[in-house]
Amino acid sequence: MTNLITPTRRTLLKGMGAGLLASAALPGHVWGQAAPIKLGFQLHRTGIGAAYGRWYERTAQAALKVVNDAGGINGRPVEIVFEDDATDPKRGAEVVEKLASQAGCDLIFGPLFSHVVIGSAPRAGELKIPYLVCSEGYHVASGMLNRWTMQPGITDVRAQVSSMAPWVTQNLGKKVTMVYPDYAFGYDHRDFFTEAVKAQGGEVIAQIAIPPTETTFTRYLPQIPTETEVLYHVMVGPAVLTFVKELGDFYGSGARPQIFGFIDSLEAVDTASPGLEFLEGTHFWEAHNRVKQADASEAETFYRAAVGVDDNGASVSDAADVATYSHMFSVWETLSVIKKGMEAAGYQGPADRQKFVEAVEAMTTFDAGQDHPQGAKVFNGKTHQVFGHQFISKVEGGKLMRVHQTAIEDGQYADAVDYSTQSF
Amino acid sequence: MRIWTLHLFTLAVLAVLLATLPPYHATNLARILVLAVFAIGYNLAFGYTGLLSLGHALFFAAGVYGAALPITYLGLPQLPALVAGLLAGGLVAGVTGLLALRTAGVSFMIVTLMFAQAGYLTLLYFGPVTGGDEGLVLPDAAALLPGLSADVARATIAYALFSAALLSSLALVQSRLGRTLVAIRENEDRSRMLGYNTFAVKLTALVLSGLFSGAAGAAYALLFGYAGASFATIQYSILPMLWVLMGGAGTVLGPLVGTAAMFYLVDIAGSYTTATLLFVGVALVLLILFAPKGILGTIRERWLTWLP
Repeated sequence: MTNLITPTRRTLLKGMGAGLLASAALPGHVWGQAAPIKLGFQLHRTGIGAAYGRWYERTAQAALKVVNDAGGINGRPVEIVFEDDATDPKRGAEVVEKLASQAGCDLIFGPLFSHVVIGSAPRAGELKIPYLVCSEGYHVASGMLNRWTMQPGITDVRAQVSSMAPWVTQNLGKKVTMVYPDYAFGYDHRDFFTEAVKAQGGEVIAQIAIPPTETTFTRYLPQIPTETEVLYHVMVGPAVLTFVKELGDFYGSGARPQIFGFIDSLEAVDTASPGLEFLEGTHFWEAHNRVKQADASEAETFYRAAVGVDDNGASVSDAADVATYSHMFSVWETLSVIKKGMEAAGYQGPADRQKFVEAVEAMTTFDAGQDHPQGAKVFNGKTHQVFGHQFISKVEGGKLMRVHQTAIEDGQYADAVDYSTQSF
Repeated sequence: MRIWTLHLFTLAVLAVLLATLPPYHATNLARILVLAVFAIGYNLAFGYTGLLSLGHALFFAAGVYGAALPITYLGLPQLPALVAGLLAGGLVAGVTGLLALRTAGVSFMIVTLMFAQAGYLTLLYFGPVTGGDEGLVLPDAAALLPGLSADVARATIAYALFSAALLSSLALVQSRLGRTLVAIRENEDRSRMLGYNTFAVKLTALVLSGLFSGAAGAAYALLFGYAGASFATIQYSILPMLWVLMGGAGTVLGPLVGTAAMFYLVDIAGSYTTATLLFVGVALVLLILFAPKGILGTIRERWLTWLP
C-alpha cells in the first residue's frame, strides 16, 4: 500500500497528473471564474400558503432558467436559494436572516402573504438587503414598510379593487352587497371597493363580514338585501367551496343578483369542480387569465410553456393540479426587474445593494413582452409599487373567459409615501 | 453554592457566544434567549406547579400588544413599553387565573385554551387597531439603546432579560414559595391540609408565569420590530410546552436547553425537508420513550441529583 503521509515521487506525479486532467475536464468554462449571483427566495412551501408556494417555486425555476440561458446577470450565472417560511411571520423573519447572513444572498424576493411580508420587512430593512415582495398587499404603497422593500411584480389590492368598480357599476349594477372575510385582507376590499363604487355613482348597501372560523354560511346569506343587484364576494381557502354551494342552495333556480368575485378564492381550484356549477355565468377579477385566451400574445405562450401550464391553467403533467395563475407571474416579472436593476446598477456584490434599490426606484415603465408576460406596467419609484392592467372574466362552460381589460390608470391613486427620500 | 456557580457559568458562556458567534447564529441566540424567557414562565406554571395550561399564547400576546399598542398610539418610548408588556402579561394571567383556576386538570387545559382563542379572535376583531392578522411594524431595534447598533442593542436586551429571568426563577424555586409550588404539584390535597391556601399560591404562580411570558412577548415584538395576531394562535401555547418538555420540566435550565434544541432542530431539518414538524414529532416520541423527564430531567435523575 502506498504511504499517503510520505508519498513517493511517483505517487506525487500521478496525483498531479490526475488533478490536471480533472481540472481540464470539468465544465467550468461556460461562466469562466465568475461566482454566481445568489438570490434568496422566501417560499411558502408549507402552511396556509403552500398551494401558492408550489407554483411560485416552479415559476421561479422557470424564470431562472430563462435568465441563465440568456447569459445570467452582468455576465454571472444566477442561482436561487429557496427557504421555507411555513407562511408564518415569525419564521419569515428568521428566513430573511438565514438567507441574508448564512446563505449570503445578494437580495431576497418572493413572499406573498401579507403577514409574512409585514413580519419580515423590518428585519430586511435592518440587514439592509433588498426585499422584493410579490404580495399584492397595500402595505408597501401605504408607507408602512421601508426603503428596502419593493413590489415591482404585481399590482396591489387597492389598485386591483378600485379598478374593478367602473365596469361593475356600469355593467352589473349599482347596488352592491359585499361578502368578505373578517380580517385585514377583507378590510382592504371593503374599504377600497366601497370608496370606488361611490365614486362611480353606485352604493354598497350591505357589508357582510364572515369570521375566519366559520365553516358554514347559511346564517349570513339571509342578510343579503333583496334589492341587491351585485353580490361581491372574496373568500379565501377551502371555505369557498362551501360558500358557493350554499349560495346556490339559497337562491335555488330562482332569480339571483349578478355575482362578482375575486379569483383569490379559487386560485389552485378548478372552476369546473363539482359543486361550483352555480358559478356559471358569474364574473371574476383575474390579474392574469388562467385560461389561454384567443388573442394570447407570443410572450404569453412562451411564459405558459416555460412554467408548465396548459391552455386550461393546469399543470401540463397533471390536469388536476391547477395553477395560481393570477399571482405567480409576479415571481417571473420580479426576476426580470431584478435583472434589469442589477444591470443598471452595475451590481457586483452586497456593497452595491443600495445602488440596486436606487436603480429600481428610477424605473418608470415596463413594456409587455417576455420579461413582463402579464402586460405593460407603470412603476412608481416613490411608493415602490407597480401598476398593471386587470381583467374581468366570465365563467362560461366552467371556463374563465375574459370580457374586459382595465386601463392602468383605473387603479392608480395618490401617493401616500415617498420612500426615495428616506435614508438607507 | 455549586448551583449558583453553574448558572452564572452558563450566563458567562452565553455572553461569550453572543459576542463571538457569526451574525446568523448570534441573532438566533438572541431569539432563543427571548423565547427561553417565555419557556421559563411556562415552566413555573407547568413544571413547578403542575398547571398544564394551553393558553400561554394569550400571555405572550398580551406582552406583544402591551408593548406594541402604547408605542404605536401613544408614542411611548421602547423601554417603558417593555415594562408595559410585562405588566400586561401578568394582569391578563391574573384575570385568567381567577376564573380558570376554579378548574383543574383537563378542564383547566380546556378553559385556558378557550381564553387564548378568545384573545386571538379579539385581536382580529379589533383589526383596525391591532393590525389583526397582518400586524403592526414597530420601530427599529436600534432605538432601544441609543448609540448602539441594532444587533448589539438586540443582543444586550435579550441577554439582560434572560439573565434576569434565569436568576430570578432560580431564586424563586429555591425560596419557600418555590417549595410550596412543588408541594402543590406533588399533592395538592396534602398541601391544603398543611394549611396552605392553594388557590392563592396557584394564582401567584400563574401571575408570575404571565409576567415572564409578557416580558418575553414584549421583548420579541420590540427586538424584531413586529406585532401580529399570529402570536396569539394555539401554536404559541403549544411551543413553550414542547420546549419545556424537551429541556426538562421542573428544571431551571431546562427551558433554555429545550428552546435551543427545538429551534435548531427546526432550522436544520428545514434545510433538508419540508416535514420539519415530523422531525420535532419524532424527537418528542424518542424523548418520551427514552427520557420522559426531558434532557435535564434525565441528567438530574441519573447523575446530577442536586440540579434545581
